[in-house]
Amino acid sequence: MHVTKEVLDAQAKALLEQLNDTPLRPKDRAKIPLQEMPSQAPEVRVCNMEEVALGYTENQVRLEAMRCIQCKNQPCIAGCPVSIDIPAFIAEAAKGDYGKSVEIIKESSLLPSICGRVCPQEVQCQKFCTVGKMHKDVEQSVSIGRIERFVADYAREHGLEKIPSIKPDSGRKVAVVGSGPASISAAADLRREGHTVMMFEALHKAGGVLVYGIPEFRLPKKIVEHELQNLKDMGVEIRPNYLVGKTRKIADLMEKDGFDAVFVGSGAGLPKFLGIEGENYVGVFSANEYLTRSNLMKAYAVGKSQTPLYRSKNVAVFGGGNVAMDAARTAKRLGAEEVIVVYRRTEVEMPARREEVTHAKEEGIKFLFLHAPLKITANEKGRVNGVELITCELGEPDASGRRRPVEIPGSEKIYDFDTAIIAIGNDSNPLIKATTDGIEVNRRGNFIVNEETCETTLKGVYAGGDIVLGAATVILAMGQGRRAAKAMNTYLKGLA
Amino acid sequence: MNKILAKQRLSKEVFRMEIEAPEIAEARHPGQFIILQMGGDFGERIPLTIANADPVKGSITLIFQAVGETTHRLALLEPGDTIQNLLGPLGKPTDIKKYGKVVCVGGGIGVAPLFPIVEGMKKAGNEVTVIMGARTKELLIMEEDMRAIADEVIVVTDDGSYGRKALVTVPLKEICEEDKPDCVVIIGPPVMMKFAALTTKPYGIHTIVSLNTIMIDGTGMCGGCRVTIGGETKFVCVDGPEFDGHLVDWDNMLLRLGTYKSEEAEAHHRCHIGLKINEGEA
Ligand SMILES: Cc1cc2nc3c(=O)[nH]c(=O)nc-3n(C[C@H](O)[C@H](O)[C@H](O)COP(=O)(O)OP(=O)(O)OC[C@H]3O[C@@H](n4cnc5c(N)ncnc54)[C@H](O)[C@@H]3O)c2cc1C
Ligand SMILES: Cc1cc2nc3c(=O)[nH]c(=O)nc-3n(C[C@H](O)[C@H](O)[C@H](O)COP(=O)(O)OP(=O)(O)OC[C@H]3O[C@@H](n4cnc5c(N)ncnc54)[C@H](O)[C@@H]3O)c2cc1C
Ligand code: SF4
Ligand code: SF4
Ligand code: FES
Repeated sequence: MHVTKEVLDAQAKALLEQLNDTPLRPKDRAKIPLQEMPSQAPEVRVCNMEEVALGYTENQVRLEAMRCIQCKNQPCIAGCPVSIDIPAFIAEAAKGDYGKSVEIIKESSLLPSICGRVCPQEVQCQKFCTVGKMHKDVEQSVSIGRIERFVADYAREHGLEKIPSIKPDSGRKVAVVGSGPASISAAADLRREGHTVMMFEALHKAGGVLVYGIPEFRLPKKIVEHELQNLKDMGVEIRPNYLVGKTRKIADLMEKDGFDAVFVGSGAGLPKFLGIEGENYVGVFSANEYLTRSNLMKAYAVGKSQTPLYRSKNVAVFGGGNVAMDAARTAKRLGAEEVIVVYRRTEVEMPARREEVTHAKEEGIKFLFLHAPLKITANEKGRVNGVELITCELGEPDASGRRRPVEIPGSEKIYDFDTAIIAIGNDSNPLIKATTDGIEVNRRGNFIVNEETCETTLKGVYAGGDIVLGAATVILAMGQGRRAAKAMNTYLKGLA
Repeated sequence: MNKILAKQRLSKEVFRMEIEAPEIAEARHPGQFIILQMGGDFGERIPLTIANADPVKGSITLIFQAVGETTHRLALLEPGDTIQNLLGPLGKPTDIKKYGKVVCVGGGIGVAPLFPIVEGMKKAGNEVTVIMGARTKELLIMEEDMRAIADEVIVVTDDGSYGRKALVTVPLKEICEEDKPDCVVIIGPPVMMKFAALTTKPYGIHTIVSLNTIMIDGTGMCGGCRVTIGGETKFVCVDGPEFDGHLVDWDNMLLRLGTYKSEEAEAHHRCHIGLKINEGEA
């Protein structure tokens, strides 16, 4: 049953009063009930694009922060890719000093209101939380991400954020390619050292996947805009509509335009297709296309947006990651009657965040596990009318450690669908590699970099995020952006 | 933001615009295109070929036909106005080199993107024949420009209101019979490209077509522009726009172009009520 924000808040308030001033032993803390995230009711939210998770109330965040037992060995920190001092920021949140709390986070992460929303916490920081261990249930861990989100939102909404101080002009110029989380964090750290920083983005809006891929109902675009505004306020110049490699090559930026160093955060923007028959029929989309139409081009605003959307009744989404969940939930909001996620393994192996799967189910998204597509069929007008699926069973573990799906011969069956969305991942965008001599990539097209410094095989050119890691996560991209910036700052200082 | 420097009406529905875009003017080659977007958050991104460029002045020229909402809005802009977003140059340049005898075939608005290729082919030392066609006389554009550079220009109209009454495939077939060209370049409506490519196929002539699929980003990120070339999926915006005309799966491309037919018909209706560009001749 859906519980409203008001009820959750009242419960938290009552419990807080009850606990007031009693000294708490770790056992008592672990007994405080996990605070549920208030959300829009499922039947309401499938009819709008607004954020699903509404964020904790102040009573809830205090209570959730009190669940943390401040472990001496701090296992949660080791689970966070950027090693945020989690117990310290939670302690400040418990006291109600949110400004201080966010300051602690910002020493390690520049984008807490974003990571607090989209980090796969259950396999990172929260996976190692002692409270979860005490309950023998990772879902009972302290909700680190939700607390992070609250304090970051609070600081933003109450003007508690501090604009970082910028060192005097260093005389050096840096180009940052792309404007996703890797580039945003690199640009901020480079600018702080007093360098002139220019960010080049191919699309007409900056933000990378945060803007064109992840839907509004999971990450409101005004939050991304706010972070970009912070960058501008720091003096970073953002140039949209600039495709590095085409508008100008990296060599030209360095040799003709006087850039002393370049950071490449061009992402993993090359959609994979299945390579099956019928994949180019009308009504088959990559998740990137589907989501870009809806998010970047605002096609969900029917009647206002000039970019059209395909009208669907029965949608099949192939894949089991965050991208598949986003595509499925978007399709539902755009009016599809039935949306089915087709995944070739089982729910346990699905790489999507737990919370997204739960939300998808609440919204009426169906799942067909252990099925793989063989071919897409179409009517005489070339429009999709069905998908042939084959049943799979799980075999031996493969290189990823997950059990490999094995097709069962003879189990083929055609299902009715009018739309198919392919969400099986992205490869690295090949454009920069193709237009830059001296940059080397691995077999999968990812840039080869020095792990310590993120420097590519081309001197003065650094890279980070999905272009190096393959399709990964926001926090990893951000972490690499910062690591690269640190090495670049040293490199720039050493230039004669 | 890119400023419009000059505007000219070439026919009832076709406009030429010179736009300030110094970096694109410097980097572009024949065959490449731009993507533009206007109207704040809600505008569509549409591709248009760079018909010409002046790197000294820092400007590019676009020639477009007002067919739907975005091109109508564009046609309403005047010199001094700006285009919010303009990205380019995109796509691969035309493979311009010395072939010997080259025939360039343009249909309708396709004559505009053909122009820089004719120019390039001439410069590369080819003997160039242009076949240009339109439904009717009023829709014929750039005849003078073509005559100024090509060795020979053949004009056809569907209704015979000007030039020869024929489809472009008729003179094309005659040339293939009489004096087989070494290369044929075809740009125009997809149906015309399909049949023109079929015309040269029996003669085994190297045939280049420029595909105008639906696009969004133009950077290879979405796959919306994909076509089937020789059984393989290719992205027109990064692998093209030009392909071997004999390998294109035309029927699939034509079907994909119709993906949003019903949705666009509604928008078209809207723009004809709200955005009527004044009736008038060139
Ligand atoms: C639908 C979807 C949902 C996701 N959900 C989650 C999630 O819940 N949690 C999570 O942690 N991660 C999620 N991810 C992954 C996460 O978004 C990425 O790992 C992250 O955004 C990578 O950041 P980046 O900075 O490397 O590049 P990106 O965010 O990909 O940004 C790259 C930018 O560079 C631009 N660009 C590319 N080439 C050029 C060029 N030549 N010149 C100029 N600009 C260029 C692109 O247009 C783009 O804007 C999701 C991804 C998708 C697609
Ligand atoms: C690489 C490339 C280069 C192009 N160069 C030029 C050019 O130099 N001059 C020019 O006038 N046009 C050119 N086009 C076509 C141009 O992009 C479309 O006319 C434009 O997108 C229509 O936008 P709209 O919003 O005005 O119309 P919409 O409302 O989007 O469409 C109106 C009508 O046009 C059809 N249509 C939509 N997109 C296309 C398309 N890509 N090709 C053919 N029909 C389409 C629709 O089905 C509909 O019937 C090019 C297209 C591509 C892909
Ligand atoms: S950034 Fe992510 S992993 Fe690190 S503490 Fe925050 S939610 Fe956990
Ligand atoms: S592991 Fe859990 S309980 Fe321990 S300090 Fe970290 S968040 Fe707190
Ligand atoms: S337009 Fe998106 S990949 Fe070509």
